[in-house]
Parts: sequence; C-alpha cells; structure tokens
Amino acid sequence: MFCEKSVELIRELHRMGDGQLPAFNEDGIRQVLEEMKALYEQNQTDVNEAKTEGKSELIPSIKFRHSCLLRNQRCIAAYLYDRLLRIRALRWEYGSVLPTNIRFHMCAEEMEWFNQYKKSLATYMRSIGGEEGLDITQDMKPPKSLYIEVRCLKDHGEFEIDDGTVILLKKNSQHFLPRWKCEQLIRQGVLEHVIS
Amino acid sequence: MSDHSELSGGEEELMTPAELISRLEEAWLNEKFSPELLENKSELVECVMEQLTHMEENLQRVRKGDLKASVHRMEIDRIRFVLSSFLRSRLKKIEKFFPHVLEKEKSRADGDPSFLSPEEFAFAKEYLANTEVYLRAVALKHMPPNLQSVDMMKAVPEPCLDSFVFLRVKEKQENILVEPETDEQREYVVDLDEGSQHLMRYRTIAPLVASGAVQLI
Repeated sequence: MFCEKSVELIRELHRMGDGQLPAFNEDGIRQVLEEMKALYEQNQTDVNEAKTEGKSELIPSIKFRHSCLLRNQRCIAAYLYDRLLRIRALRWEYGSVLPTNIRFHMCAEEMEWFNQYKKSLATYMRSIGGEEGLDITQDMKPPKSLYIEVRCLKDHGEFEIDDGTVILLKKNSQHFLPRWKCEQLIRQGVLEHVIS
Repeated sequence: MSDHSELSGGEEELMTPAELISRLEEAWLNEKFSPELLENKSELVECVMEQLTHMEENLQRVRKGDLKASVHRMEIDRIRFVLSSFLRSRLKKIEKFFPHVLEKEKSRADGDPSFLSPEEFAFAKEYLANTEVYLRAVALKHMPPNLQSVDMMKAVPEPCLDSFVFLRVKEKQENILVEPETDEQREYVVDLDEGSQHLMRYRTIAPLVASGAVQLI
C-alpha cells in the first residue's frame, strides 16, 4: 500500500504524547521520498503514454498516484511541522540551551531552525518597550508570594541573587529564595519547589 | 501605587498609573480569550514598561527590610506577569497563525490600525522564512518537481472565529444581529445591556471587542 510509511511517521509522533521529542526518523523520511520518486516516475511514463497513444484508461491510475503523492507530501510536512512545534515548546521550557539528550534526537536542520527561532525570539524580547526589553519566557505563573522554599536536586554551583548575596546551590540543600530568580531553575529541574 | 505622577497615553489623554494598569488588564483578558490576534497595543506596553522601570527605581531608594518594599516588589511582579502573559498570548497566536497574520497585515489598507507591532511583524516574517527554509532543506527539495512547495495559507489552520466567548458589556448595544448556527434557525437581533454577561460566538461581537464596547471574560 502506498502512503503507509508516511502515516507511520505521523503515528510515531502521535504515540509519543505531548511535549516529547522522539528521534528524527531519517530513515522513514527517506523511504517516503523514495516512494514518491517511484510514483512520480511511473506517472511520467503513463502520462506520456496516455498523450502519445491516447490511452485514456491510464488516467484513473495517474490520478490515484497523484493523490498518493499529495498525501505523502502532506504527511511529511505535518511530521516535520509538528516536530518544530515540539522543539519550540522546548525553548520555552528549558531556555536557550537544550539538554544533550534532546539535541541528540534532532537533525542538523532542526538545530538550525531552533537557533534561528532563538535569535528571532531574543530580538523580539529585547525590543519590547525600548531599553533593555523584557524576558517573556519568565513569569509563566501568576506570582503568589515573593519568596519560595526550594530544594536543590543537583549541584548547580554558586548563584547570585538580586541584592548581591551569593549562595551555594548544593544537592539536597534547602533555600528560601525570591521566586522570580528561581523560576527557570525549577523548570530545568535544578530546584524543586517545596510545598509545605 | 503611591506614585501618582501622570504618564502620557500617546496621542490622547493623560493616564494615571491605576488607569494604565486597568487598561493593561483589559487588553490582556481580551487577547487571552479571543481566538484571533487583536490590534497591537505597543503604546500601552511601552507605558507599562516605563512604569515598571520607574517603580524599580523607587524601590532602590527604600531602606532594606522595609515592609513597604516587599509590597511594592509584589506589585511589580504582578504587573510584569500580566504584561508578559499578554505578550506571550499574542506571540503564541502569531506563531500559530503566521501565514494568515502576515497576509492580513499586508492586505491592510493604509490608515487602518495595524495588528502587529513592528517588532511582532519582524518576528512573524522571520518565523515564516525560517520554517519555509527548513521544510525545503529537509524534505521538499527532494520531492518531485511539481511538489516542491507547500501553500502555507492552506496548510496552516486559520483562527476559528466561530468559537464561543464569554463577555461583559461595557456600553449598551442595540440590535446586534446574531447569525443562525444551523439551517433550522433564523437570524435574530439582541440588545446587550450594560453590565450584562453573555456567551456568544466571537464573530458576532468581534467589532465590539475591537471598539472596547465589550470585555471578554
């Protein structure tokens, strides 16, 4: 059956659930592209034959192959675009540096798209309201209190807070810190919000 | 806020900080609940940013450990959250509907209010170019010659203007034409009283949201 490979690509993403990025299926894409090439070549031959020898009975199969081609194109575009959306979400979650295990699942072109997206977003955020801009990837949740209790999940080293105090973020240590300084570290999994 | 210095509200009138913040909140809720991108509020954003900087500066002068300081700090955080959330929901819609947003901006008549701020416009253009380059590099250029382009306008969904929104009426409206939802229904008109709340299709009241006569909630 035609188009099975491309539908399989879509299923693969669908199975992963939201926000997860499976490894880039280069092989799957290549197989679909090969199928498309074969379909296209077959169609070229049939079109010529239909034209020169007036074989109108070939037209339905030409049309059928063309629909398969369109479907394959559509599915590949959907697969790639959906992956971009997931990668975009990662930028908002992890900040501009992605964890290695995620980068491992991306192809070179996706990396390039990500870098360009990062740049566009940074330019945009810098331009907000004149001088230094506003980081809108912060303040994701409405603030409830100024300081929150956090526990360190891994060694992170020294960390400076607004008034210049430097604290050492050591594994399993607990701190009482300004919320707006910790938000990103919490999302990165360095800190954990302790809710008593 | 304790500071009552007046900020200029662009071409129109002078605004107190309290008015400024309530304007921001209105814009934020409208943007959050409307399915399509609304008119940009660059001026408002700029004023709020100025106000925030101003408040930060004031805060520097306050003695450490002063109770007032933490109350003000909280206020700053809250305003910054609303502002960020507002800009985020705009950016999200721009990314979601980028070809349509750009098309709308390009086909806009001179003098009509623009939906995108210059910065958002630049962002949307880069996003479109970036995505097109990516699709071409990975797959499209390896496809048969007649299939090497994707019509973004068709491939990317449009905002659904028929979705329902909750709204509160700020200025009394008469004879609002509600179009039928199904074939059996007929169109009818309603009056919207000031202060009343409704659940209606966005398409019907979109002009009222734009003019500020109703508030999405």
